[in-house]
Amino acid sequence: MEVKQQVIEIIAEQALLEPSDVTMDSTPEDLGIDSMGLVESIFSIEEAFDISIPFNANAPSESDFDISSVASIVAGIERLIAEKTS
Amino acid sequence: MKRVVITGAGTINALGSSVPATLEAMREGRCGISELEFRDVDRLAITIGGQVKGFEPERVFNRQQLALYDRFTQFTLIAAREAVAQSGLTFHDALSERSGVVLGTSGGGLTTQDENYRAVYEEGKNRVHPFVVPKLMNNAAASHVSMEFNLRGPSFTVATACASSNHAMGQAFHMIRSGMCDAMITGGSESMLCFGGVKAWEGLRVMTKDACRPFSANRNGMVQGEGAGVFVFEEYTHAKARGAEILAEVRGFAMTSDAADIVMPSKQGAARAIAGAMRDGGIDRAEVGYINAHGTGTAANDKTECAAVADVFGPHADALMMSSTKSMHGHLIGGTGAVELLACIMALRDGVIAPTIGYQEPDPECALDVVPNEAREASVDVVLSNAFAFGGLNAVLALSRV
Repeated sequence: MEVKQQVIEIIAEQALLEPSDVTMDSTPEDLGIDSMGLVESIFSIEEAFDISIPFNANAPSESDFDISSVASIVAGIERLIAEKTS
Repeated sequence: MKRVVITGAGTINALGSSVPATLEAMREGRCGISELEFRDVDRLAITIGGQVKGFEPERVFNRQQLALYDRFTQFTLIAAREAVAQSGLTFHDALSERSGVVLGTSGGGLTTQDENYRAVYEEGKNRVHPFVVPKLMNNAAASHVSMEFNLRGPSFTVATACASSNHAMGQAFHMIRSGMCDAMITGGSESMLCFGGVKAWEGLRVMTKDACRPFSANRNGMVQGEGAGVFVFEEYTHAKARGAEILAEVRGFAMTSDAADIVMPSKQGAARAIAGAMRDGGIDRAEVGYINAHGTGTAANDKTECAAVADVFGPHADALMMSSTKSMHGHLIGGTGAVELLACIMALRDGVIAPTIGYQEPDPECALDVVPNEAREASVDVVLSNAFAFGGLNAVLALSRV
């Protein structure tokens, strides 16, 4: 399964939505995911891809990981996976 | 109702192993936060904490005691010895039966748990030391204090996460005020700075990797600390009759529950506890000169706490001072309110307000006088100490000069 689809499924599960309701330009806020929901999603993503995501719930916008939309989250994960295998 | 005063104080924490050493560090705005030193620290993302360094328990306790005393119990006993010595009390006969111990802790003997889980799970051992249970239990510290000082009245442990020691001291206050007890040993202790303890906190993603900067716009999380603060609370006429030195009077106490969220704080819950402590002590809000803030350095706590203070105090919020000493000693979780009460006593007795260090940028959402970076001389008559725990459990104490 490609990264994008897997991430959408994790986020959809957290947001209690169908994967089809999660689009690439959705923001966590649009999906009703609060800060603790985001922390939980990031944990699930780390477990699924065996990566470490630099994310501090106190300063989400200052983390090196862009969580502003599903697309940016997917791009960040793909970069971390590439860094891991390179 | 009886009046309740404090006649002894003791501590060990990252700033010092006694009350004078700790107060000196607070006056100087010294930071006790440093690189953590314990097994497997290299597997952590968060590697700083308010750790008690240079502490050699084998110089204080004998072999039999060390087999029974987890680090949180060791800290408690060291602080209790200082407090009881200062009070000058000895507990025997009737006083012994009308005195007890109420202490706060969140993790109890977490280091003992961590070490023994490691032994059986990671190292595959099938045998643990016979005293693991009495060493790790949350009431071990309270029990050992009762034994060391012959306190035969009511004793127990309170666990309300970050508000544990404020809840404990509030209980001790109530027990003396109601006439149930003449003296109580109270405060709290915590020792979570071990691999499992820090790893669990890391998971929440609210810890900072660099520094605890309460109320500063660039704050990015909390730093854990460890240690203990212990006090002797005594009925006023009892203390007066024996000519004891009185450090402060405990005037009021209030507890509230947010009944809202397991981790996010509530302005209303905090405000009700602050207002409640003043009401309980018959204190007018204009009398309050200093608040020792919960001030964890997280985005959520600091702005919620400032909003609660602004709501309760109205225009007087701009006239009072509020600092967070967690910037210096870290967050001692279940022991934090006890160490922070020392800053309250210093404000009342010495006229020195402990600073919020690490403060770099004003935050419009925390627009109060947070006594940034340097201690300040000021005469204050009434002080508050805030504690707002995970789980939405809030406890605020009010102190004044006698």
